[in-house]
Amino acid sequence: MSWIIMLPILLPLCTAVIMIFFRRSTALHRILNAAGTALMLGVSLVMLGSVQTGGILSLRIGGWEAPFGISLVADMLSSVMVVATAFIGFTTALYSLGTIDREREHYFYHPLLQLLLMGINGAFLTGDIFNLYVWFEVMLISSFVLLVLGGRPEQLEGAIKYVTLNLLSSSIFLAAVGILYGTAGTLNMADLAARIPLLGHRELLSVVGVLFMITFGIKAAIFPLFFWLPASYHTPPVAVSAIFAGLLTKVGVYAIMRFFTTVFIHEEAAFIHQVLLFLSAFTMVVGVMGAVAQYDMRKLLSFHIISQIGYMIFALAIQSPLAIAGALFYIIHNIVAKTNLFYVSGLIQRLKGSYDLREIGGVYRFYPMLGLLFLVPALGLAGIPPLSGFWAKFIVIKAGIDSEHYLLVGIALCVSMLTLYSMIKIWNEAFWKDDPRGEGSVEDEGYLLIPSMKKVMMVLPIVILGSVTIVFGFWFEPFFELADKAAVELLDSGAYIEAVMGGRS
Amino acid sequence: MTFMLAVIVGVLYAAGTYLILRRSVVKVIFGLIFLGHAANLMIFTVGRLTKGAPAFVPEGAEAITEPFADPLPQALILTAIVIGFGVQAFTIVLFKRTYQTVGTEDLDKMKSTDQLPGDKS
Repeated sequence: MSWIIMLPILLPLCTAVIMIFFRRSTALHRILNAAGTALMLGVSLVMLGSVQTGGILSLRIGGWEAPFGISLVADMLSSVMVVATAFIGFTTALYSLGTIDREREHYFYHPLLQLLLMGINGAFLTGDIFNLYVWFEVMLISSFVLLVLGGRPEQLEGAIKYVTLNLLSSSIFLAAVGILYGTAGTLNMADLAARIPLLGHRELLSVVGVLFMITFGIKAAIFPLFFWLPASYHTPPVAVSAIFAGLLTKVGVYAIMRFFTTVFIHEEAAFIHQVLLFLSAFTMVVGVMGAVAQYDMRKLLSFHIISQIGYMIFALAIQSPLAIAGALFYIIHNIVAKTNLFYVSGLIQRLKGSYDLREIGGVYRFYPMLGLLFLVPALGLAGIPPLSGFWAKFIVIKAGIDSEHYLLVGIALCVSMLTLYSMIKIWNEAFWKDDPRGEGSVEDEGYLLIPSMKKVMMVLPIVILGSVTIVFGFWFEPFFELADKAAVELLDSGAYIEAVMGGRS
Repeated sequence: MTFMLAVIVGVLYAAGTYLILRRSVVKVIFGLIFLGHAANLMIFTVGRLTKGAPAFVPEGAEAITEPFADPLPQALILTAIVIGFGVQAFTIVLFKRTYQTVGTEDLDKMKSTDQLPGDKS
């Protein structure tokens, strides 16, 4: 059954290649994009099921024995993340059908989306650190091109900041990989987890740990390293912003989670967890403060990504099983709610012609159902019961109280209030306020001219993701059990080592 | 040899760091390229420099004859160079296009995406 690990990587690659062969037929691109991501979702669900019943799957590429060749590993954490990726990929493929213009489709928008998904899945599934670097690069180069596709000045300006800081992070990653190989003599994560406790040169390992923290910190946008994110995420088309917002930073969080709970489990990791705790407070506060000041909806939401990353980092820096489960549930909840908010902001822009909250208003008067669709992810993000965000925050804060981090818990609760405030700000400005340009502006009639097929494609993903937020809220227990199982597995690196190395070491 | 390479790595890191802090986009690209090369050379140096045969098992023998050079750092560097080359090519085109579209190569003037709308400064 372990061959199934290949599929979430191979499927998008094949789809992309087929699309490039038929480059003139954008209609085929659209169908393949939606079908490919739907198939990927199916495959990843099967994989999750088989990991849940049969334990950790591992595949040795090319038949090379574990520490020498590259291993692909699917444990609970990886397979849950792959399911989330496929799910967001599928909804984004649908949303793209309604929003992406012909020009971008002609310049390989759909194949690039598939390659981006391939990179993300690869990063989640690999069991080798250098391979992780390669998947990061696959993901980055696709995201670079998606970001600048269209070539408007603000896109290019944003891309310069995004590209420069991410390349810097890659070169730090490479340096860290080099030193780690020089010290430990292996790059297989399971092998490292087994060997690191026995090694000398502890001071070098601390340096490696900090270098990895910085490089993943840049990817995850934690406090002093986040400046590329609000500078670039609001510039591409909203479908691209949405998939970036949902998935890319979470890959960084995943890498931090994998590294500092499975691979680096010794006294150096304790130091890094202290640093992460400290930074998480700043990440939460600075992110939400940035969001409160913004009037561009997408920029406001971009700053929120940073603030939410703070919660995840806080949870995984506590390191109790409950906190890790909370962090994982938080990631999944946040992927769904955040992507959905970007979709809604795109729809509002389509209706009112602007993302600037000062220029728009009166959406509720004409589209009351859209108000409901907005409130589900917005209140979910803020953590109002019974939506998913309430449980996510509840577990994280409970874990914080259990481990006696009272100050951080207080900060997290205050930040929650500010999150609610900024969501209410969007509600007040976009939905309740009268349209500053008078009623029934030209854009409203423009909306009626959109073909109904496109309207369905824009609203359907919002409805799907909104219902997931509600389902997470009402049927919380099975999902939490999944997260809990993943957390237990993650903290006990013995099972991971056993599955990858196959009884050796 | 190791000492010399260590010095070169240090110089490349210093120069790269200095260059990416400059305001001109061209210098930033050179800075990124230097940092990439520095990381590659560092993998090479940290992976132990051995004067020896390639890591092949000779015909008829059971094990590799000592001393042999570890092939893995070289494989890593090769991959990193190829990836770095592609990404750098993309970056150069991106920076050129930005220069043509925005009309400046001074990074301090490219701040429209960081400002609140209505800010004039």
